[in-house]
Amino acid sequence: MTGISQFGLALAALIPIHPPAASSIAEGVDQLYYFLTGISIFFSVLIFTLIFYFMIRYRRRSPEERPPDTHTSLALELTWTLIPSGICAILFVWASMLYIQNSRPPAASTEVFVIGKQWMWHIQHPEGPREIDELHVPVDEPIKVTITSQDVIHGFYIPAFRVKKDALPGRYTSIWFQATKIGTYHLFCSEYCGANHSQMIGQVFVMSRSDYANWLSAQEKTESMAQQGQRLFSQLGCESCHLANATGRGPSLAGVYGRPEKLQSGETRVVDENLIRQAIIFPNSVLLPNYPAIMPTFQGQVNDEQLLQLIAYVKSLGAPERTNGK
Amino acid sequence: MSTVTAELHESPAEPRTHYLNASYGIRSWLLTTDHKRIGLLYLATITFMFLIGAIAAALMRLQLIEPQGALVQPETYNKFFSIHGIVMVFFFLVPSIPATLGNFLIPLMIGARDVAFPKLNLMSWYLFITGCCCMLYAIMAGGVDTGWTFYVPYSSAYSHQHVIAAALGIFIAGFSSILTGLNFIVTIHKMRAPGMTWFRLPLFIWSMYATSVIFILGTPVIAITLLLLGLERLLHVGIFDPRIGGDPLLFQHLFWFYSHPAVYIMILPGMGVISELIPAFSRKRIFGYTFVAFSSLAIAIISFVVWGHHMFVTGQSVYAGLIFSVLSFLVAIPSAIKVFNWTATLYRGSISYEAPMLYALGFIGLFTMGGLTGLFLASLAVDVHVNGTYFVVAHFHYIMVGGAVMAFLGGIHFWWPKITGRLYPDLWARFAAFTIFIGFNLTFFPQFVLGYLGMPRRYAVYPAEFQFYNVMSSAGASILGVGYVIPLVYLIWSLRYGPPAGPNPWGAKGLEWEKAPSPPPTHNFEEIPIVTQEAYDYAGTSGVAHV
Repeated sequence: MTGISQFGLALAALIPIHPPAASSIAEGVDQLYYFLTGISIFFSVLIFTLIFYFMIRYRRRSPEERPPDTHTSLALELTWTLIPSGICAILFVWASMLYIQNSRPPAASTEVFVIGKQWMWHIQHPEGPREIDELHVPVDEPIKVTITSQDVIHGFYIPAFRVKKDALPGRYTSIWFQATKIGTYHLFCSEYCGANHSQMIGQVFVMSRSDYANWLSAQEKTESMAQQGQRLFSQLGCESCHLANATGRGPSLAGVYGRPEKLQSGETRVVDENLIRQAIIFPNSVLLPNYPAIMPTFQGQVNDEQLLQLIAYVKSLGAPERTNGK
Repeated sequence: MSTVTAELHESPAEPRTHYLNASYGIRSWLLTTDHKRIGLLYLATITFMFLIGAIAAALMRLQLIEPQGALVQPETYNKFFSIHGIVMVFFFLVPSIPATLGNFLIPLMIGARDVAFPKLNLMSWYLFITGCCCMLYAIMAGGVDTGWTFYVPYSSAYSHQHVIAAALGIFIAGFSSILTGLNFIVTIHKMRAPGMTWFRLPLFIWSMYATSVIFILGTPVIAITLLLLGLERLLHVGIFDPRIGGDPLLFQHLFWFYSHPAVYIMILPGMGVISELIPAFSRKRIFGYTFVAFSSLAIAIISFVVWGHHMFVTGQSVYAGLIFSVLSFLVAIPSAIKVFNWTATLYRGSISYEAPMLYALGFIGLFTMGGLTGLFLASLAVDVHVNGTYFVVAHFHYIMVGGAVMAFLGGIHFWWPKITGRLYPDLWARFAAFTIFIGFNLTFFPQFVLGYLGMPRRYAVYPAEFQFYNVMSSAGASILGVGYVIPLVYLIWSLRYGPPAGPNPWGAKGLEWEKAPSPPPTHNFEEIPIVTQEAYDYAGTSGVAHV
């Protein structure tokens, strides 16, 4: 028995047929995948069977054969238009509901920040520790990953979690997942990024909460990202204008994160990672009413890692809910 | 027997003058304005380009036999897949059926002596080979490593290879597509023979018309996009570069606005070919003529509004994702309608299995699988997982190779006797069709599994757990390669040694078979035919069968 099961395990390692499913959304994606596979098998078998049956049943028996016309049937045309349409409608609704659900991170998510660069993944935890090509996360906790790139477009892909998002230069994208199984999983770059694209791979370590706490405390002690951001905020002189009591030459940043703001252009935008970044790099493109265009650009003075720290600091200045509650 | 039919039979005593022997010498080919000769010029050119693309593919499959890469460094592998993609898409698939069979057949099928603008037609070919030369220069000078998608900012600011030369080649070849599309549209509108009404047109003509519409509307967009890429690379104008306020995703929007419709440029002509082959070898009128005809136009139109499904994981908004998803499901319906109608055409037919029919049946099967796996990619939540993996590679090869190339080969085998006046050995042709079908499935089916397992595309090296399927795929590719070489051998052989075909060896309907000898004379018809019957009148029930 054990011999057979060992052989089975060895075979499964050699010829895998299914990727590990290690996140809260993997099962839902797999169910839809198997439903799609079922539909595909059904229609393939239907078409192949009909073709083989017709090939044999109606094979030419004499060169003079002249079969009569079969007349087009509207009922038949409608049948094979409407049934596939109905199936497509079901697939669309199912896949979209899953997609919407999978694109909304729970409010209580722990954050991780990722910068892709040729050819490595640079990861920073809010507590401060950095990792290269490795990502340690606790099991059973929602994790929100904010992703950007320092150079070309990369793709942040963890097959076992069924999540993927492109890493874009000059912009933040995000995914979230909740790992459900302790283990080690692949981290791939899924968007072609040059010579060593296929070596831009890493590992995701899903750990128990206590193991994760131990891992975190064993890391070199550093300031948190928000503290690093605060230090930059004063080093770069941001605080001379952005006073906390809103009396400075620039708007106060307290509680600004997550708040919708009406801009001078008339556009209303929620203050998120992308807007904060834009305000630092291209300040005059996102002016608030009553504030003159006097902020200089910080392009070239802050790198992608520092931008994330500044964003973490602005976020630490309080979300609108908290300020309302006070 | 009518007089026309009698005239079609050659008397062996005096050899007939036709478009191939009307004049000799290289000048008579390079300066020809005969749509049939131009079709053959294209056939030779794209066959050569196909060989280059196929060699690149063979080298890729060799590399991937071993996880650590069996052949070359990753930089070189990246050039293999870039050259394979660019050459196969822009220099083989896009012009394949339209420029060869389309050029050869459109005037013959609608009862015209040539296309509307014969000189423009020749100019299209010169533009095309100029584009080919730019691409060949890019390859010989060291290659391209951007992939066929040229995504910025890699292609605009980071690649050190010959991006401009390759983009220029595609840019120039694009004008050949635009002019060919223009020529076909005018020809189909203005040059149909008396009595050849729109609904008497063979479905191949409908699909060529739909393809031409995409040529004209879509190709200028890729031309502009590649021009902007060149400007960005040379002058750093900042349209796509985020460091100076540009948007790298804008490139993807523009690129796919052409390149998704381009998928239908590649498959619609194939569908047109299949709509000719199935009736001819089952001796039946096509089932649901109007549904098949209008589904071509529906595909052409919807194809312009589905580009965003290539960008589901780029961070585009959830709402944009939903809209592009529903439109992508919508474009699946006309394709399904075609498959069902082809299958229904077989019902109560008189089916024979010469090589072209085997290709046609293979097409239906492979296109069905390619289409169904497209549903996986339109399904947002599943696409997030398989986007950018081998699942996508497998899917589009089922459409592009299992569909478009099978149809191209089926069409070449079907009309070869008309084109050359010679028959090829049918047994060899059937053997090749089987070999290609088996080799194709062995190559690409394992890639669906690889994709769901999570293997990203464009990997020169890969984790060992993916090796089994990669070895299977490489083994399949070697069978597929043999399958492609066999027709090359016997078709060339048949040019000299093939028995004379006669005007209509298949007993097929259509002006090209019934009103023109094989090979046709330079001006196609002795007299412009007067059409009195529906297309595919195999039962002889509409109008008068013979004029």
